[in-house]
Amino acid sequence: MTDITNILIVGVGGQGTILASRVLAGAVQMTGQDVKVSEIHGMAQRGGSVVTQVRYGKEVASPIIPEGEADIILAFEKLEALRWLPYLKKDGSILINDQRIDPMPVVVGTAQYPSDVLDIIKKERKEVFIINGLGKAVEAGNGKAVNVVLLGLLARYLKIDKQTWLDVIRETVPSKLLEVNLKAFEAGWNSFDR
Amino acid sequence: MKKLLTGNEAIARGAWEAGVVVCTAYPGTPSTEITENAAKYDEMYAEWSPNEKVALEVGLGASIAGGRALVSMKHVGVNVAADPLFTLSYTGVNAGLVLVSADDPGMHSSQNEQDNRHFGRAAKIPVLEPADSQEAKDFTKLAFDISEMFDTPVMLRTTTRVAHSQSLVELADREEKETKEYQKNPSKYVMIPANARHRHVVVEDRLIKLKDYAESTDLNRVEWNDTKMGVITSGVTYQYVKEALPEVSILKLGMTFPLPRKMIIDFADKVDQLYIVEELEPFIEEYVTSWGLDVHGKDTFPLIGELLPETIASKMVQTFGDCSPRETTEPNQLQYEVPPRPPVLCPGCPHRGLFYVLNKLKVTVAGDIGCYTLGCLAPLKAIDTTICMGASIGTAIGMEKAKGKDFARNLVAVIGDSTFIHSGITALVDVVYNKATTTTIILDNRITAMTGHQHNPTTGFTVKGEPTKEIDLILLAKAVGVERVQVVDPFELDELEKIVREELAAEEPSVIITQRNCALIDKSRNSPYIVSAAACTGCLRCLKLGCPCIAKEGKKVRINLAQCVGCGLCATVCPSEAIRKEGGAND
Repeated sequence: MTDITNILIVGVGGQGTILASRVLAGAVQMTGQDVKVSEIHGMAQRGGSVVTQVRYGKEVASPIIPEGEADIILAFEKLEALRWLPYLKKDGSILINDQRIDPMPVVVGTAQYPSDVLDIIKKERKEVFIINGLGKAVEAGNGKAVNVVLLGLLARYLKIDKQTWLDVIRETVPSKLLEVNLKAFEAGWNSFDR
Repeated sequence: MKKLLTGNEAIARGAWEAGVVVCTAYPGTPSTEITENAAKYDEMYAEWSPNEKVALEVGLGASIAGGRALVSMKHVGVNVAADPLFTLSYTGVNAGLVLVSADDPGMHSSQNEQDNRHFGRAAKIPVLEPADSQEAKDFTKLAFDISEMFDTPVMLRTTTRVAHSQSLVELADREEKETKEYQKNPSKYVMIPANARHRHVVVEDRLIKLKDYAESTDLNRVEWNDTKMGVITSGVTYQYVKEALPEVSILKLGMTFPLPRKMIIDFADKVDQLYIVEELEPFIEEYVTSWGLDVHGKDTFPLIGELLPETIASKMVQTFGDCSPRETTEPNQLQYEVPPRPPVLCPGCPHRGLFYVLNKLKVTVAGDIGCYTLGCLAPLKAIDTTICMGASIGTAIGMEKAKGKDFARNLVAVIGDSTFIHSGITALVDVVYNKATTTTIILDNRITAMTGHQHNPTTGFTVKGEPTKEIDLILLAKAVGVERVQVVDPFELDELEKIVREELAAEEPSVIITQRNCALIDKSRNSPYIVSAAACTGCLRCLKLGCPCIAKEGKKVRINLAQCVGCGLCATVCPSEAIRKEGGAND
């Protein structure tokens, strides 16, 4: 089972991590591989830290990723990128939306939001991609499409055929939001720059 | 064709394929999506019941009448449904009846982490445990067959990782079933003592037959590998063992009550060392040790919380040494402090205004289960107790009876609209009947919000989206005998505070209904508010609202325009009129 790819999608409740993980899993399924997704919701919907896990390969047993074994982390928010960093392999890649959302303890002043989140991550891992997801989503026509911008970035990174992604997005996203989401995906896809 | 489904979607699909005609539930994480998905199938009637007890009663009615029924709830819901469940074990069924108990090891969204296999044993009904979505579907169908074969309700026990994980599922067509003939049979269905005494004998006899079945069913199977070590496991834990220890022999139990004793003893004989890996309680282990077998179980693996593949591997290595675990990467701990991110009330949440006022008045608050439970967190810190669905009003009565009327003058119970219907009504009756003066605040946000916006008897719609009669909470409160009932918008802070003070002072039962739509379903999104840096005095009163959009910046505050929904509560509490509707950017 060493041929399993492990992807962690992390963010803040309400950012659309679950939809992103579903599109990713759908695209993987179309490539004919076994895939498992694990998501936790409930309390986490209300602005808490959320994580979904996608695993794929020839055969996948456990739906959850052991700590230290994620190949890729797709982070919707900077602090969450840092929080989940121990899950990332030493030589893993992390794709980060350069957005800051203050957790309540920071808002009320009982905790500090580290000012150098991205620097810390860059020091810890070599492959770090940073993108202004929110800006690109707004450009595409809706700030809420930030999840699809990030998905576009991940898609380019994973080297799964682009048409496969577009097909899954068409199936997953409500038709009235489709155009914005396709634009958002394109923006993410084009921001990949190694 | 294979489709990627969550365990919950797969259970709904399994019910549909099994020809089920009635699906009932009260929403609760991690079970909610079973009924949401079941409602999409036209061939099945589906309902959100007021609580789990009613859900099971509707299911048993359908079953006795001759239609297959699926009843779903979270683990703590079974506590509520336990009363009919234990007697339903005596009556048995006509058409198949399956009760899904979705347990939550790790308490991702629950107030405790009970192991409901104990309920199966206590009620003497079979318990099946699927390990992924394919099994969730297959076991659901099989559970209906077992139910009819043995004339018993069957418990399908899932856990969060099965319920909310997605894996590939092979779909099949629906097996359309004629509903079974209904025959009046009081000796089976009327549980007066004379009849129930006979039925208890039937239950014990059935259990013997079920034990035989457990020995031969494909639900339980051995996967032979290296015989140095054998592992008995069930549910999602089976997947963790497969991942962590690819070379051990596994006895995978799909049916964990009753257990296949011969099969287990036979398996134990053939392996050098026997381990039982199960989440939460030593349920299998206690049986196996009582049979005189030498096993490692909770001496090795934790009793508390979720199990993880890496925990299984490392604990096994510690006690056994040579178990060839799959190679794992040593996680590197971060040297940096990451502030926690607890869940919060959403921007524009109608509960915020109420908790702000309750905090300001320093009132003792008996709380309940729902989004509003988050009012216990800083900075609102307005809730003193949270026990279970519907407990707030009874708790407040008890506090008053123990401490007297003076204490009650500074005491309220808060409860959501759906929770009030679930099991708050009966306690409100107690307030009136037993002469308490408790003030009950019903936080009516027009939906069951915590679990993801399900309808309830106060919203005017069914789970299928059909319009229905809407319960009038004012008339209901008056009907149980509360004479003082007031309705207020929780964002009208002055009015709200005045009403809370009035009702606290009144030495008689009262109900305040705070009414405003859940911020997530309120479509009337207003333009955001901004802070005038010039006018802001840095008093930070707005931060006491605990709104995630307002953050401290230097000595003053700033509003996150992307998140703000324009509820304006911050402007209401700002003493220096520094917060106003957006005209330009923050200045």
